Amino acid sequence: MKDLYLLDDAIVSPFGISTEENLEAVSRNIPGLKLHKYKSLPKGELYAGIIETDLLREAFIKIGAPEKFTKLEQMMLLAVHKVIAANPGLNITDTALIISTTKGNIDVLRESSPFPKNRIYLTELAKVIKNFFGFTTEPVVVSNACVSGGLALAVAKRLMKAGKFEQAIVVGGDLVSDFVVSGFNSFLAISDEPCKPFSADRKGISLGEAAVAVLVTNKRPAGVPVISLIGEASANDANHISGPSRTGEGLVRSMENAFKQTEISVQEIDYISAHGTATLFNDEMEAIAFNRLGLNEVPLNSFKGYYGHTLGASALLESILTKHSMLQNRLFTSLNYSAHGVSKPLHIINENRKSALNYALKTASGFGGCNLALIFKKEENGI
Amino acid sequence: MAFKITAFVHIKDQRIFLDKQEVFSLEGSRELNDFLKEAYTALDISYPKFHKMDGLSKLGILASEVLFKNRHIPSDTGLVFSNASSSLETDKAHQIAMQGIISPATFVYTLPNIVMGEISIKHKLQSENVFFISENFNPALIVDYTGVLLENSGIPAAVCGWIEWKNAEYDVFLCLVSREGDLVFSAEQLEELYYFENERSAN
Repeated sequence: MKDLYLLDDAIVSPFGISTEENLEAVSRNIPGLKLHKYKSLPKGELYAGIIETDLLREAFIKIGAPEKFTKLEQMMLLAVHKVIAANPGLNITDTALIISTTKGNIDVLRESSPFPKNRIYLTELAKVIKNFFGFTTEPVVVSNACVSGGLALAVAKRLMKAGKFEQAIVVGGDLVSDFVVSGFNSFLAISDEPCKPFSADRKGISLGEAAVAVLVTNKRPAGVPVISLIGEASANDANHISGPSRTGEGLVRSMENAFKQTEISVQEIDYISAHGTATLFNDEMEAIAFNRLGLNEVPLNSFKGYYGHTLGASALLESILTKHSMLQNRLFTSLNYSAHGVSKPLHIINENRKSALNYALKTASGFGGCNLALIFKKEENGI
Repeated sequence: MAFKITAFVHIKDQRIFLDKQEVFSLEGSRELNDFLKEAYTALDISYPKFHKMDGLSKLGILASEVLFKNRHIPSDTGLVFSNASSSLETDKAHQIAMQGIISPATFVYTLPNIVMGEISIKHKLQSENVFFISENFNPALIVDYTGVLLENSGIPAAVCGWIEWKNAEYDVFLCLVSREGDLVFSAEQLEELYYFENERSAN
């Protein structure tokens, strides 16, 4: 299958509203998870990666009227705007729009929300983005738990293969909402300190919010190094709807199936961007799965220590960070990692360093037993 | 490489059809839960976990049960589902629960793809999953995506279609696609089969 090339991207997060600000923060190992007052939780506070509404508004007002758009819409519109602005020649009528989110504008369900109730529908969120920029094709919306953002890249590649379009903007976004916080809290899954992926003293997840957009195409751009998606697969655990398989079965299958689509072997992977939510079960499951494939010596990090778990945006956010890691040949510290806390060995990146990165593996897992594996390749100055 | 629609199931208005043949119906206007429970009993499903599921997952389990009966379903059968309202009914239930006692057993169903997880568990399917949200059933998207999965990802079969639940209304149309069958797997065919139920009602 023809590869998918990742071109310009934009990340809107607590670190800023551009990829540059985000890379700067990650390269300086700055923690994005802060203690916020959180009235709806019994404790009244929460470590999370929350975007300051005032800063967002200040950025958004340059492109639209903030009062007309929900917070998530502002984030996603800003991300897409950045990508379009970086590509003045882009023909929007030839460009597909693929959107990934788990809960979209879920906070519109609150009675106090000033927005029309129909904004709760993900198709309405899609319409807002479509109409703002004048996309002409029907947006494709992917809502598949915490693998959504990465799966949206696979969806883009597959629909291009079906001949539906040759370029697309893939956008992912999710919020830290009372809805989601209360739900994860009922699972006792939220850490009372910034999350510590793969660490012995990890206590659960931290939630975060982000919007990410990337322009993708099936045509190899000339003259510049570029990152392409060469293998992708999802696989269900068929085990439990709210917990991962203890044997890592679905993740193993998705990685094996993704490798089958490439001409490379497991040994050629230079870097793994793991899901690494910092729950006891997730990190353990991932360690088992990586060991089953012999990937335990490959440098690995989780970006959750920087951003928290950004749900339907996370696998897209982390794919974009992986892209830049590869282009810069840099491995970034797996933030908040202390002592090894899973039963199998892993090579956790504990300080920033330079390393030649030609192939990388991105994985994600989510509720419903879903798992996703993406394999990225760096192509140097080609044709 | 031609793929065929091997079988298809409809669930709507208290009726279940397999390949246009009615396999269950319930007379009189009844609550959704009555219908789901009666159908579960009539279809002779023995799966206590069913009773803990939300409406969307129950509909999916009923549909897959009818679709898979007396067939061998390979474990790498992919699932390509879609609807308009995501998990809205369960979202509303969680939103109400937020005023009092929150149940993780409800919260976990506030994602549309959970129904694919439930079907995967019941039938041991460890394969591709995707959940699309679209305003109306979009046969072109479903056929394009499923077609690429079948041709490029090495999976032998897929279940694809529409599974919507909003207020008291539900509308399920799922197709088993494989190399066996008489009906060509195309957007036109899917559209025709999907509207069968509506046409039948109109006549």
